[in-house]
Amino acid sequence: MVSEHEVQHIAELADVGINTDELETFTHQFNAILDYFDTLDLVRGDGAAKDDMVNVMREDKIEPSLPQEDVLRNAPAQEDGFIKAPRVM
Amino acid sequence: MAARTIVFEPADPCHAFLTTCSRAEYSDGPLAGVAVAVKDNISTKGIETTCASKILKGYVPPYDAHVVGLLKAAGAAVVGKTNMDEFGMGTTTENSAFGPTLNPSDTGRVPGGSSGGSAAAIAAGMVTMALGTDTGGSIRCPAAFCGITGLKPTYGRVSRFGLIAYANSLEQIGPLGKNVSDVATLMGVIAGHDHRDSTSRNRPFSHSPKNEIKGLKIGIPEEYFGPGVDPEVASVVRKAIGRLVELGATTVPCSIPSMQYALAAYYVTCTSEASSNLARFDGVRYGPAPDTKKSWHDAYQEVRREGFGPEVRRRILLGTFALSSGYYGKYYAKAQVARQNVKADFARIFAGVDVIAGPTMPSIAFKLGEKSDPLSMYLADILTVPANLAGIPAISVPCGKVRGMPVGLQIMGKHFEDERVMDAAYAYEQAVI
Amino acid sequence: MEDQVIIGLEVHCQLDTKSKLFCGCSTDYRSDGPNTHVCPVCLGLPGAMPVLNKRSIEYAMRVAKALNCMVLEESEFSRKNYFYPDLDKAYQITQYDKPLAEGGYLEIESDEGGEKKVQLTRIHVEEDPGRLVHMGNAERGKYSLVDYNRAGIPLIEIVSEPDMRSPKEARKFLNKLRATLEYLSVFDSDKEGSLRVDANISIKGSERVEVKNITSYKGVEKALTFEITRQKNLLRRGQKVDRETRHFLEARGVTQSARSKEQEHDYRYFPEPDLRPLRVKSWVDAIVLPELPDARRGRFMAQYGCSLNHARTLTGDLKLANFFEQVVRGDPAGLSGLAATWIADTLIGELNYRDMSLDRVEPAAVTELVEILKNDLITDKSGIEVLRIMLDQCLKNESCETPAAIVTHLNLGKTTGDTGAITTAIEEAINENPKALDDYRAGKAGALNFLVGQVMKKTRGKADPGTLNRLLTEALKTRGA
Repeated sequence: MVSEHEVQHIAELADVGINTDELETFTHQFNAILDYFDTLDLVRGDGAAKDDMVNVMREDKIEPSLPQEDVLRNAPAQEDGFIKAPRVM
Repeated sequence: MAARTIVFEPADPCHAFLTTCSRAEYSDGPLAGVAVAVKDNISTKGIETTCASKILKGYVPPYDAHVVGLLKAAGAAVVGKTNMDEFGMGTTTENSAFGPTLNPSDTGRVPGGSSGGSAAAIAAGMVTMALGTDTGGSIRCPAAFCGITGLKPTYGRVSRFGLIAYANSLEQIGPLGKNVSDVATLMGVIAGHDHRDSTSRNRPFSHSPKNEIKGLKIGIPEEYFGPGVDPEVASVVRKAIGRLVELGATTVPCSIPSMQYALAAYYVTCTSEASSNLARFDGVRYGPAPDTKKSWHDAYQEVRREGFGPEVRRRILLGTFALSSGYYGKYYAKAQVARQNVKADFARIFAGVDVIAGPTMPSIAFKLGEKSDPLSMYLADILTVPANLAGIPAISVPCGKVRGMPVGLQIMGKHFEDERVMDAAYAYEQAVI
Repeated sequence: MEDQVIIGLEVHCQLDTKSKLFCGCSTDYRSDGPNTHVCPVCLGLPGAMPVLNKRSIEYAMRVAKALNCMVLEESEFSRKNYFYPDLDKAYQITQYDKPLAEGGYLEIESDEGGEKKVQLTRIHVEEDPGRLVHMGNAERGKYSLVDYNRAGIPLIEIVSEPDMRSPKEARKFLNKLRATLEYLSVFDSDKEGSLRVDANISIKGSERVEVKNITSYKGVEKALTFEITRQKNLLRRGQKVDRETRHFLEARGVTQSARSKEQEHDYRYFPEPDLRPLRVKSWVDAIVLPELPDARRGRFMAQYGCSLNHARTLTGDLKLANFFEQVVRGDPAGLSGLAATWIADTLIGELNYRDMSLDRVEPAAVTELVEILKNDLITDKSGIEVLRIMLDQCLKNESCETPAAIVTHLNLGKTTGDTGAITTAIEEAINENPKALDDYRAGKAGALNFLVGQVMKKTRGKADPGTLNRLLTEALKTRGA
């Protein structure tokens, strides 16, 4: 059972907001789903995955980068070629 | 020389498309001039790509997904981007931030999801081919609900480079079409190795479906005909399998015990991966502008609360919780063990059969707004997620109607035997034409 | 008993590959504008996927072998999830519970003299985030500017056990590590920001403090020294040292608490689903290591007769070691002793003073200077003067004169034969400094040296010291001293 407070905390960890009017419903649904996840307790075994595909790598070759305009095009705020972001405390 | 274009300005009463290209360019190749619709979570250079989310409204990728490049190289005309559940999260396309898509068979019902737009576009006759993506059934479900054909390829056969990720270890881009031949043609264009996708396999596809069914051994899992499945749907699917038996196939009853936790394993895995994949959406490099007067933490929270719909936020929370300190072992790690068990179950069954068949969905298409409880929505995926967990190929072909709505026959096969799966579907399709 | 100081370091070094860790963008971004070395992958655009750069693993394995680490049978990449504007995917692809290698050690000179092994915990590979520039002010509003050129640069992280006992040892560790990485040709220490250090430090019995954001070698010693003082002061006052993370502010030489209202980070690590595991242990055997610093140090002592200290200094930097060997090439027995002394004891200091790179100096010029000194053509003092003039000329980019030319030009040749000039200078010096003469007669130490200095001044340093001493002592004797 997860409380509304804990759901709020998870929302902060995920930087995803929940409106106060959503919180109760969200928490209720959250708990129902988590209860369902408990079926995983039935799982047995060590699940050692046999990975046939390993060591997928590329050669150290230079490929063209995007032109600066393309990098900046979708950014809502820029300055002198930099992308603008809110201040960090 | 002026580029050759086709005109694409269809009426779209079902709201299959989010973006249409009224003058779509095409060139020479096996798909020359063929109109192909592309689900809106697949990056198209110069064409808005939103994943049906407000947080990507206005985002124009500066690059094409690998499969889009292949479509163009084959001469196809990309005529538009189709509607979907936001970020692929949903089974009905009702979770689109821009309004649902309607089922052409009954506009009071959903087309299925999350590739609802692609399926509806084909069902409504707007296009004959479309690309969708399948993470837990998102190609097969709408194919079944709309009465068309759709394939989830073997994991790794189609490059994911350019697919806006929801659950990396589960999803594949796949073809939808009016019939198995169209699906095969489209699969031939998009399958094959891509060095930009480290999970991509070197398994190109060039197969014309063959009507060879004699001697085919078909596994029938009891869990696919159990209490959670609408009896009328089960009955129609059994009849369809019966048709295959008449054509020379044999059936073998079997069981997939790991089904009891498969759905939980699926949702733990996809929400965990999604919570990480969607963390990049903060409005700084693309998307709605964050308020730079706020501190970054507050600004990010605001952008994401406004930009993501409730289902997306719910899944992000679930995934964040499942990965969080103290819970990783209980959820995510356990889910990966569960996946190995699902794989093992299939391997055991495939030792004795060639393909496995059953219904694609436990019901016919829901009415719009019918499934409002998230958990009951998740339970609808129960028959499709095992193939994603195991990475095996799975196709849905229309096999009849229940209460006027299409029903899908699902056929699953061994890893990399997409061809055989398609042949079985083709044999059925040709038998009932 | 001295409170025991316990220090461990986490060192991040940029690997010197041509392209980034997971994409083909060029790593040579420093002289280019912001956001010009960026592609969908390193920008973290939706749909982009990482592909591992083989050379970065080869380089990391070279390091692992050189540091005696054990490469794991299977290793994998993981996602470290957190939010920060310079982290464009909101996760960093790193290695968590299955790193490339574990264990290993690095030998350094301990505080007590002699060598000690600093044990290592692990080595792994990860990507660098972008770079933030903080802008604005309280009135106009503060904001950040981000440049993603650095995002995706390959980093090797080397984690040590808490085996160091002083800031000095920490600095030695860092220098030895840097040199080793340079010798392996996997790291270019000249590149700004190519090395970053986080330090963990505690006084035995008290809590551990993490100090982040140390970006220079000098900074490490400064930060740790400040921190030790801070912690010791707290304990002396009967207060407790809090377990926390602090940031080093280089300009002020202090550490500052980084505690914020936010919770401690929960990074929610899980294996990166877009990358496949690594099984590269079998590659280790094929790796041929070059001559490493300790081996080169031994060779310098054996081959060139260098003292341990000189050998250590000269081999402590790859460029310096190469420079030395170029200077003495072809004449090991002859020049090397003097060359070692002049390079290690004098040249380095003069370069540091001018903030000048060794690259600006021609080995041949130093060879010539050392030859002139070896042939006793000028005094040591003159030698220093010639060196300084030469360096100043090179620094200003003037056409650098050869040492021989400078000697001639300034008439610095020793006045050995012509004792007349020396004798005159001696007479003048004694006459001008009667007090010194009295002191000398009174047996006061230093009086002789003072007079020697006066004579040297008059002869502009050209008087051969041996000759000068002999003549001066004779002159003083004749005055009844």
